[in-house]
Amino acid sequence: MTLAIAVAVLTAVGTYLVVRGGAVRLILGFILLGHAANLVIIAAGGTFRRDAPLVDDGVLVDAMADPLPQAFVLTAIVITFGVTVYLLSLVARTAKQASKEDDELDGRIDMDEESSP
Amino acid sequence: MSIDVAFLSTWALPAVFGVPLIAAVITFVLGANVVSRYIGLLVPVGVFAVSVLLVFATIDGQVVVSQIAGWPGGVAIAFVGDMLSALMLGVSALLVFTSMVFAYAAGLGIDRWFVPTVLIMTAGVYGAYLTADLFNLFVMVEVALLPSYILMSRRGTLTALRAARLYLIVNLTASTLFLAGLGAVYGVTGTVNMAALAGLGVLPVVGIATGVIVIALMLKAALVPAHSWLPATYPYTSPAITALFSGLLTKIGVYALVRIISLIYEPGQLLTVIVVVVCVASMVIGVLGALGEGTIRGVLTFHMISQVGYILVGVVLAGAVGLAAVVFYLVHHTIVKTSLFLTGGTVEHEEGTGIIRRLGGLARAHPIASLAFLLAALSLIGIPPFSGFWAKLGVLTAAADSGAVVVFIVALVVSVGTLGSMLKLGTGVFWGTPKGSRSDEEVPSDVTVGPVRVGAAGTVIDVAAAVEAPPATRWRPLLVVPGLALALISLGIGLSPEWLLSLSQTAGESLADPRAYVSAVLGGGSP
Repeated sequence: MTLAIAVAVLTAVGTYLVVRGGAVRLILGFILLGHAANLVIIAAGGTFRRDAPLVDDGVLVDAMADPLPQAFVLTAIVITFGVTVYLLSLVARTAKQASKEDDELDGRIDMDEESSP
Repeated sequence: MSIDVAFLSTWALPAVFGVPLIAAVITFVLGANVVSRYIGLLVPVGVFAVSVLLVFATIDGQVVVSQIAGWPGGVAIAFVGDMLSALMLGVSALLVFTSMVFAYAAGLGIDRWFVPTVLIMTAGVYGAYLTADLFNLFVMVEVALLPSYILMSRRGTLTALRAARLYLIVNLTASTLFLAGLGAVYGVTGTVNMAALAGLGVLPVVGIATGVIVIALMLKAALVPAHSWLPATYPYTSPAITALFSGLLTKIGVYALVRIISLIYEPGQLLTVIVVVVCVASMVIGVLGALGEGTIRGVLTFHMISQVGYILVGVVLAGAVGLAAVVFYLVHHTIVKTSLFLTGGTVEHEEGTGIIRRLGGLARAHPIASLAFLLAALSLIGIPPFSGFWAKLGVLTAAADSGAVVVFIVALVVSVGTLGSMLKLGTGVFWGTPKGSRSDEEVPSDVTVGPVRVGAAGTVIDVAAAVEAPPATRWRPLLVVPGLALALISLGIGLSPEWLLSLSQTAGESLADPRAYVSAVLGGGSP
């Protein structure tokens, strides 16, 4: 139940931040949405089995944590992290380029509001 | 012809994914020089050779399986080559090769990031065609997408950066949804192996969980109602990269939809009805959007939406006949669309603009490029004797077989719309009166594509060709040849379609009856 509530809250806040607009809010929103998806996968493995998944250590199979969703989440976190870093650098680059092209236009008002909040 | 299946499963299939990655590292270390440019051309040639071997190995519906790291079937991540994978690998390698030739001629090869990023992107695409594991599919798609983010923003202009941001956000949304769907599928079934999931879509929980993944893939494939990001992003990068994206990245989504829907769902489920509605809407809206666009690549990008509808509608029509039509259409569309993007890109590179009303009468000075456009356009419309005729005939036959009157009528009417927008391109760009496109007017920077030069800091900057390009009397041959070659391949397929029809028949049958696929993946070694 805790996980379900956590996923719901993360999805709600993440969606709100994404649709609010603004680059930083957008990125934070996607980080939260990514966490929500990761928690869904962790929930899929079941949270009631907590023991280490080591077969020859006398751990009962029924009590073992499912290692596969954890591997999934680990992979997904790395990918999300990489994409987030690239998105951040892209936003910074866009803002820099926007101010540069603004200077070149010299006085013409850029109607397209740029992302920085 | 006997094929060494053990060689294919042990070495060739993993190599199709691994070699491009290794080559990417090598080319990055070497930097932008002739050697790395040749490596960039050699890798797709090698992949094409493997795909030919794979076609011969699967010609009677066999399935070649490589259980990675030798784990037993069902536990290992499997690389699977069947006829569909083989054809997709072959046609992708072909388009990568031709697009690379075009890109080098256009001057992209001097960017040291270009060859390595394209190689990594293709590795992800080939891996996605081979994998039999949903999570591995997710990883492969990400491997293909990350370099595409870099390629998308590489031009460095404000419009390109904004398009890249939109592109990244859309794909991030789709990936997050895909991930959540994966969690749901694993939660209800305890596996993400596609073979183990075969036919389970009839259970409502599995059907809904997989449906989340289907929605994510539809977003990636740019089907209506999630299509509007495609024309807002694809035309704003370099033409060669647009051609690569259209042939590779959109096709991963389409391929994965074909594989997942045919494998996991059964005909007649609610999802199949939804797919038909979405595809028909895409066909209509895509072609109407194309009629309203004012740039060459804008028209072509809207067409992609329409054509993806054509491709996918067969997945849920008439079983094996429909799936065979899907496979044939996929191969045809990849070839013809790339040809059109490359010929259109030649115009943009050489005339300095892709705005249709600034162009005109190019056929007189450039007959060969115009011929390439004419051939590919006729093929896209579906006029005999081109491959497009057989592709559309397949879809119409499948629609008639399954009594889908609406699909049949819409497919015919939309062809007229395709004809209209191709006429618009033809009369606006190649025929009609010359406009003197290198006019004194300032050309908006978002549609100009000048020769790319490397700036002082190593960044690629656009040189406005409207100002710089000398009045070219003759277009660079290496820009024209790739598009022409692909158009001629389409004509060749159209003139003798039997071999490809029979191959796609085999692929369609093994998709409609996936028992060989399932037992090969779960059973361990090769059959």
